[in-house]
Amino acid sequence: MKNRIPVVLLACGSFNPITNMHLRLFEVARDHLHQTGMYQVIEGIISPVNDSYGKKDLVASHHRVAMAQLALQTSDWIRVDPWESEQAQWIETVKVLRHHRSQLLKSSAQTEDPDPSKTPSASAALPELKLLCGADILKTFQTPNLWKEEHIQEIVEKFGLVCVSRSGHDPKGYILDSPILRQFQHNIHLAREPIQNEISATKIRKALGQGQSVKYLLPDAVITYIRDHGLYNNGSSWKGKGKIS
Amino acid sequence: MDTSGKTEVVLLACGSFNPITNMHLRLFELGKDYMNATGKYRVIKGIISPVGDAYKKKGLIPAHHRIIMAELATKNSHWLEVDTWESLQKEWVETVQVLRHHQEKLATGSCDHPQRSSELDRPGRKRKWDEQKQDASPKKPQEPKPTGVPRVKLLCGADLLESFSVPNLWKTEDITQIVANYGLICVTRAGSDAQKFIYESDVLWRHQNNIHLVDEWITNDISSTKIRRALRRGQSIRYLVPDLVQEYIEKHDLYNSESEERNVGVILAPLQRNVSQNKHSNPTA
Repeated sequence: MKNRIPVVLLACGSFNPITNMHLRLFEVARDHLHQTGMYQVIEGIISPVNDSYGKKDLVASHHRVAMAQLALQTSDWIRVDPWESEQAQWIETVKVLRHHRSQLLKSSAQTEDPDPSKTPSASAALPELKLLCGADILKTFQTPNLWKEEHIQEIVEKFGLVCVSRSGHDPKGYILDSPILRQFQHNIHLAREPIQNEISATKIRKALGQGQSVKYLLPDAVITYIRDHGLYNNGSSWKGKGKIS
Repeated sequence: MDTSGKTEVVLLACGSFNPITNMHLRLFELGKDYMNATGKYRVIKGIISPVGDAYKKKGLIPAHHRIIMAELATKNSHWLEVDTWESLQKEWVETVQVLRHHQEKLATGSCDHPQRSSELDRPGRKRKWDEQKQDASPKKPQEPKPTGVPRVKLLCGADLLESFSVPNLWKTEDITQIVANYGLICVTRAGSDAQKFIYESDVLWRHQNNIHLVDEWITNDISSTKIRRALRRGQSIRYLVPDLVQEYIEKHDLYNSESEERNVGVILAPLQRNVSQNKHSNPTA
């Protein structure tokens, strides 16, 4: 049997908070890559963004990392990596990819033999690290000054993208609209998610701010953590009675 | 917290639950939040009532599996429970009869008296599918006893509402009774046609005050059909159904091409019943 290329999926983002939809991205991407017959996904990594990214309502990274850890307690292949969040300032996605690739290199060099208990069909080759994202990220490549051109190229050329569809976005269109993406489209994998599951963290935060239930949209352990630490509870009360948290 | 004057409500969801998904569970959460936010109601319980095998829907697996999955799904819920009465009947039971059964049960006071809000820990007892004893809780009520008997209301998605117009699927008098005597809580994707549907039906229009449309802003289209399809294709269903349900399905290999072929060529029970009753009844008015 032909050996499959081992792949590690890396997802960057706020994870503010992590939701079932984030977790689904990994499952859908893995199924898609396996379906091609060419890849074997061996690991998934969630990398929450640094606090200095400056996005509105971003709670402290140690919370976001802790919530992701709780969410992944029951996963046997996805883990959280706090490296990006622990840096002194925000770093570009391509640098996060470079960091994790060098980590993979290091751990590969240390391992003499491939672990036989792991995926038997994965070759002893170095795993390929790919950026996992929703189709909306492809669109953000077009936003002026958000990404450096050379970074976009490096991401699609040297790493590769696994892009999970999202309603309202046309990933094929975004690829065709961009010369760089067109050139490396063989390295952009478009995974379809037929089960519409638009659990945006923004809506979750809003629901929490209004005291509404988010059960079954995030793992229970994450909901408990949010409650125990009083996170996301001062959003929309400005309009109302002026509650001070 | 003064609850006197508020009507206590029990949300009842009927359906195949083949299998139960996070979307089904969300319906309850949305329905509860909505009704509680009106200030007029207090939701005290949610009941999942899986349909009996005699419904004869294509791909419907045996009730005992569907019951167990629903129980696993609601294991760590303080207010949701699974009821097996409907599934244990030999013949298929119309939804209005299930509502009636549960309303009568509440009227005779044989269910748990509501105690605390669902936010707090309540070591309640859930009836397992193989025990059907009535549970008389020894705990004293923590709040002043609210007025009247709790009211059962049918909780559903827009698909059920719109199925009212499928010929012979529902008896007209059943639909009337459901909206007149019980009430509907319909969770729909924001901007759906539910309002238009109500407008176009005289019966629904007349009882619109008893039909509550709840907007689902966080679209969550996890249909059981799609879950079964994903399973046949070896695709992951993690994070779409509770972990325990996913493990149970995997362990028992519940859904495959064979299971999907169950009841192929068999007429759905309500269609069978309503068509034959129409044939035999006197065609007056």
